[in-house]
Amino acid sequence: MLRNPVEKLGDAGLYVLQDMGRMGLYLLLAFKGVFRRPFRMAEFMRQMHFIGVGSMMVIFCTAASTGMVLGLQGYYSLHKFGAEGMLGSAVSLTLIMELGPVLTAIMVAGRAGSAMCAELGIMRISEQIDALECMAIDPFRYLISPKFLAALVSVPLLTALFDVVGIAGGYLAGVHLMGVNPGSYLEGMRSSVTNHDIRLGVIKSFVFALLVVWICTGRGYFVYQIRGAGFGAQSVSRVTTQAVVYSSIAVLIFDYLLTAVLL
Amino acid sequence: MSEFAIEFKDVVKSFAKQDGGQQIILDRVSFTIPKGKTTVIAGGSGQGKSVTLKLILGLMAVDSGQIFVDGISVVGARGRELEQLRTQFGVLFQGAALFDSLTVFENVALPLRERTRKSEQEIHDQVAVILSQLELTGHEEKFPAQLSGGMRKRVGLARALQLNPQIMLFDEPTTGLDPVMTQDIYALFVKIQQEVGYTAVIVSHDIPRVFDLADQIVVLNNGKTAVFESVKALQESRLPHIVEFVEKTMGNPCQSRVGG
Repeated sequence: MLRNPVEKLGDAGLYVLQDMGRMGLYLLLAFKGVFRRPFRMAEFMRQMHFIGVGSMMVIFCTAASTGMVLGLQGYYSLHKFGAEGMLGSAVSLTLIMELGPVLTAIMVAGRAGSAMCAELGIMRISEQIDALECMAIDPFRYLISPKFLAALVSVPLLTALFDVVGIAGGYLAGVHLMGVNPGSYLEGMRSSVTNHDIRLGVIKSFVFALLVVWICTGRGYFVYQIRGAGFGAQSVSRVTTQAVVYSSIAVLIFDYLLTAVLL
Repeated sequence: MSEFAIEFKDVVKSFAKQDGGQQIILDRVSFTIPKGKTTVIAGGSGQGKSVTLKLILGLMAVDSGQIFVDGISVVGARGRELEQLRTQFGVLFQGAALFDSLTVFENVALPLRERTRKSEQEIHDQVAVILSQLELTGHEEKFPAQLSGGMRKRVGLARALQLNPQIMLFDEPTTGLDPVMTQDIYALFVKIQQEVGYTAVIVSHDIPRVFDLADQIVVLNNGKTAVFESVKALQESRLPHIVEFVEKTMGNPCQSRVGG
């Protein structure tokens, strides 16, 4: 049956509203699940290990590479103005306020977010989540809330790791490879980074952690209700891709908004 | 307390079609399921059998109408109220819906760990008893992927029985099983029901074999239901869609193992 464009637009608008409402309610229930007893400490620790410890190597590699590139690029740019001494300041501020939180969140979305989405999607299509509900076990308390809490704890810690390794990478490239004075690198960092800058980075890492875990788990949980996802294994693969893309875009958009509001 | 375990009153359920229209699955359906008996819900593919189970459990919402479980409305029940209603049910899903990352023991122990305050020793003892009854002793440490289809169903049944349900819902319990295993599963249903005394609702297209278990048959066809007290009454029906259903699924009644 042919449908006119206005009807299609209205249909799409209604779907977006439904999806937003569904995801909003999902977020509320996930937070409510954190406070429902008994708290699943073992599952929380397992998720902390999966999201936090499991992501450490990828965060370490990304941070080292990003820090070293920043060291080289920063040196190249600052050298033109004879301001190599500002390299420590440039590298540390860029990492603490921007790249640390953003890249950590995107890496966690790609590594842990996709896995959480696929896990929940498979549990949904194989009726495991229905089975939980039928046993009167709250799937939010049992499955979702430990993931939320673990992400909110581990992503800021991973961001801190990213910042430290990145700054060390910048030091390695700037000081040992390009010959910047180590004292000026460290002093530049010490004198320019304020508590406000660190607070901004921490706030961002919490918000990004929430966005990643919310979107990734939510897409998997609602796999059947997502338009165009299809059915079965195909639907899980599609929503998993969607989850990583959407959460990465959300991180970038919120990065701008938070910077604009809080800077 | 109601005289019926489950009661459908003018229930309507439809789904949106891709072309923007609505496909009506249940059209003002009304029927009752008596307590302590076995009701088989039969019908072709896509006639709403599994949807009916999900409506009973509150996993899906009705468009209109009412569903009562032991006199309490499922429609509109939320949160703790819905959880309370669901404690009356045990469900055996089509694919057993076992948790892949848990062992057989952990799957069966899950409802006890989550819904009761029993000690680990008590849970261990209770699980051992049900696993023994269902001939699963020795498989406690296996994961679902290491089990055959029939064993998975039995583990699913063991898990569903842990909280002493008053109503057991079976969603296509013999799908994917060979005829011998199917007979074993049916025999097990009868044995367990005699022991526990629950109300059984079986959704199946394994016709006519599943009718051997039925005290009541509900046939779903094109959004409507017809209820029969026996296989004989079903076969003697003169309703055109039931005649067609009987011919398609049971052939000549004289050749039917059940009806013959």
